[in-house]
Amino acid sequence: MDEPIMEQMKALSENQAKIKEFLSRYFKNHDLQPEEDIFALGFVNSLLAMQLVAFVEKECAVRIEDQDLDLDNFRSIQAISDLVARKTGAAAPAVPA
Amino acid sequence: MKLELTAEQRALRDEVRAFARAEIAPFADQWDRAEALPAEIIRKLATHRWLGTIVPAEHGGPGLDMVTYGLLTEEIGRACSSVRSLLTVHDMVCQGILRWGSRAQRETWLPKLVSGEVLGAFALSEPQAGSDAKGVQTTAEEDGGGYVISGRKKWITFAQIADLFLVFLYCEGQPTAFLVERTTPGLRIEPIRGILGTRASMLAEMVFDDCRVPAENMVGRIGFGVSHVMAAALEQGRYSVACGSVGIAQACLDACLNYAREREQFGKPLFDHQLVRAMLSEMIVQVRAARLMCLRAGYLRQMNDPGSLMETMAAKYLASTVAARTASDAVQIHGANGCTEGFPVSRYFRDAKIMEIIEGSTQIQQMTIASFEFGDL
Repeated sequence: MDEPIMEQMKALSENQAKIKEFLSRYFKNHDLQPEEDIFALGFVNSLLAMQLVAFVEKECAVRIEDQDLDLDNFRSIQAISDLVARKTGAAAPAVPA
Repeated sequence: MKLELTAEQRALRDEVRAFARAEIAPFADQWDRAEALPAEIIRKLATHRWLGTIVPAEHGGPGLDMVTYGLLTEEIGRACSSVRSLLTVHDMVCQGILRWGSRAQRETWLPKLVSGEVLGAFALSEPQAGSDAKGVQTTAEEDGGGYVISGRKKWITFAQIADLFLVFLYCEGQPTAFLVERTTPGLRIEPIRGILGTRASMLAEMVFDDCRVPAENMVGRIGFGVSHVMAAALEQGRYSVACGSVGIAQACLDACLNYAREREQFGKPLFDHQLVRAMLSEMIVQVRAARLMCLRAGYLRQMNDPGSLMETMAAKYLASTVAARTASDAVQIHGANGCTEGFPVSRYFRDAKIMEIIEGSTQIQQMTIASFEFGDL
């Protein structure tokens, strides 16, 4: 694998780790998995939704826009990471089996 | 850490302060009694480019940083809370469009909001829905490629003169936001008079009677009206109200320091009575604390820090309660004079109470702030 792609993969993994750390503050005593549905777990309201947008924009250096407003883009760590990847033109790493 | 304003921030604050002292404060009581702002003051604000100041240059705005925006709001609020209310709701609409509007909405409306060609208002509250934003009953039904809005809004600040409303309602059973122009057929505006404070903020009730709007007027998407569009606009509003509250508290302090020097009782100025000094000291410290909270909230908002949401709520909670307490003490220090129209502290007292209710009541802030700390949003 060439160096630029490896760098992209590393950045995406870091994004997933950061998103997990952020969300874990609100899902106490629960080891949130990359594909777990955070809406199904509960605890997501408008205040967390706005904080999540600000967090992703700041930590992942992307701008979330009106056309990105789709619950499926924010449903899991993997979904958010995929959204960031699409917006930065990188491919998100697959969830380990 | 450097707790210091930049030269540019100080310069703009001083410019706004001088303007507010000359062009707003001397007329604020008169506007309060008339329950209206003259068009002239709105035109002057627009000429100074103080409408839509958060709008960036790409959309024709000055793009003020959030700390400077807060300083501007404090200085305007120090002179007149009704003028500050105008900035608050106008900028909430700007923020809603800026943050979640489509490219076409941003390009169409933001330059007009900045120039003052269009005034914006935030239409959320209803006769049966205040703090409970999800309790709104206004609806939009899809019909022939557009939407038909039915329902009623109440307590809408500057609805008497606004041209563009950011309206929150239910569409397909989900919270959604729409832009509605004043001239839309089926929209009726009914002025509300006789309110307690910010009396010149020209409140009105809005009646939507099969009011048809094009589909492209939707802001964001169906289901995101409360969680994203309203939340973004309200955060802006909370910050504006917090800074405006500091302005009221500072105005109370200014008035009391002057009065305590001039007014004599028991053969000496009020200032030389220890219990009056205690009240003044409390005011001084509380105003400084509230201002620091606002500056921190502004800094975090400028950084787009996720923590800004909590800090802005905390700043609004503290500043609005400080304004109410300071205004109450200001009337107390002024005695009977403070209960008359001839002294502005009576207006500050009425205006300060409003600050504890709008953009999330004190009790809503208390519930939410505690939830943040428990991490159980």
